[in-house]
Amino acid sequence: MAKRSAPEVNAGSMADIAFLLLIFFLVTTTIETDSGISRKLPPWQPEDVEPPVIKQRNIFTVLVNSNNQLLVEDEEMELSELREAAVEFLDNGAGTGDEACSFCQGAKDPNSSVNPQKAIISLVNNRGTEYGTYIAVQNELVAAYNQLRDREAQRMYGMTFTQMEKNYNDPNYNGDKDALKEKIDVITDMIPQKLSEAEPTS
Amino acid sequence: MSKFKKKKSGDLPAISTASLPDIVFMLLFFFMVATVMRQNTLMVENKLPFADQVEKLDKKDLIMYIYAGKPSQRYRAQYGNEARIQLNDKFASVEEVQQFIYSERESKREELIPYLTTALKVDEETNMGLVSDIKQELRKAEALKINYTTVVGDAMQNVE
Repeated sequence: MAKRSAPEVNAGSMADIAFLLLIFFLVTTTIETDSGISRKLPPWQPEDVEPPVIKQRNIFTVLVNSNNQLLVEDEEMELSELREAAVEFLDNGAGTGDEACSFCQGAKDPNSSVNPQKAIISLVNNRGTEYGTYIAVQNELVAAYNQLRDREAQRMYGMTFTQMEKNYNDPNYNGDKDALKEKIDVITDMIPQKLSEAEPTS
Repeated sequence: MSKFKKKKSGDLPAISTASLPDIVFMLLFFFMVATVMRQNTLMVENKLPFADQVEKLDKKDLIMYIYAGKPSQRYRAQYGNEARIQLNDKFASVEEVQQFIYSERESKREELIPYLTTALKVDEETNMGLVSDIKQELRKAEALKINYTTVVGDAMQNVE
């Protein structure tokens, strides 16, 4: 048999095949990252543990019923007013002596919280509450904390708390991260997020 | 001068497309590397609520997803209208959540386990009863880091 050279493979359709694959991956790609409200659940505890005693004035109760209506400190309230009310409560700072709050700008109402470190927001919802409303309430309460933290961070370090956190989580940030972490810790220590959630009522 | 004039003569040469496959391959590899395949097929309605005080969830391999909501249209006949939990690709009951967390943990490297976060993707019309049940199960399983996945937007839109 005569020796034949192998025929050249036509590579003209290579681009088409590559395009096909490309389009497949383009369609299946999800570049966007999820975002949401991060919370930490309390660890599971046996039923018989006595809850610590907390003064009534330091608790800010938010009740949500199955019709998605809000009852804040025994008064009906619209969702849009919740943030303002929560800030007022946290920032009240009526404490004296050991419990005094050096930075609070609130009304110092003797029936409201003594110090943001002592103040607790208690959220109780009904089993019939809609998840959307629950998230909206959570969002408003977190916003109240963030508003106060921003104010204090701005006053002490000339930068808002949210900006500080954003820089801290940014891998491309050039500044001193350890110093930033310290500042963040100071602020979170001054205004800790004490948000307690009770078992839902049925 | 004649040297320069020579070049001006003739038609435009055809642009060579020989490097086209290379360019396309380059793009292809980029997308292959950047792709995260959709892990689960949604079997429940999943209209997430709005919120604006959000944190980003990076590191997708460290997230366990729990979906909840009403079954989608085509599963209605079989599973009814009540909101259900979806784990991986099937409907699950509340009791199965713990098992799911344990098996997810097992599939991850040991040193990564403390960083695992549970993302709750819950439809905004779901009742809190179901969500609280899930949360109780998560507490029992000691999966305490959770994230309510939301769409970035004004939270007031949830109530309307």
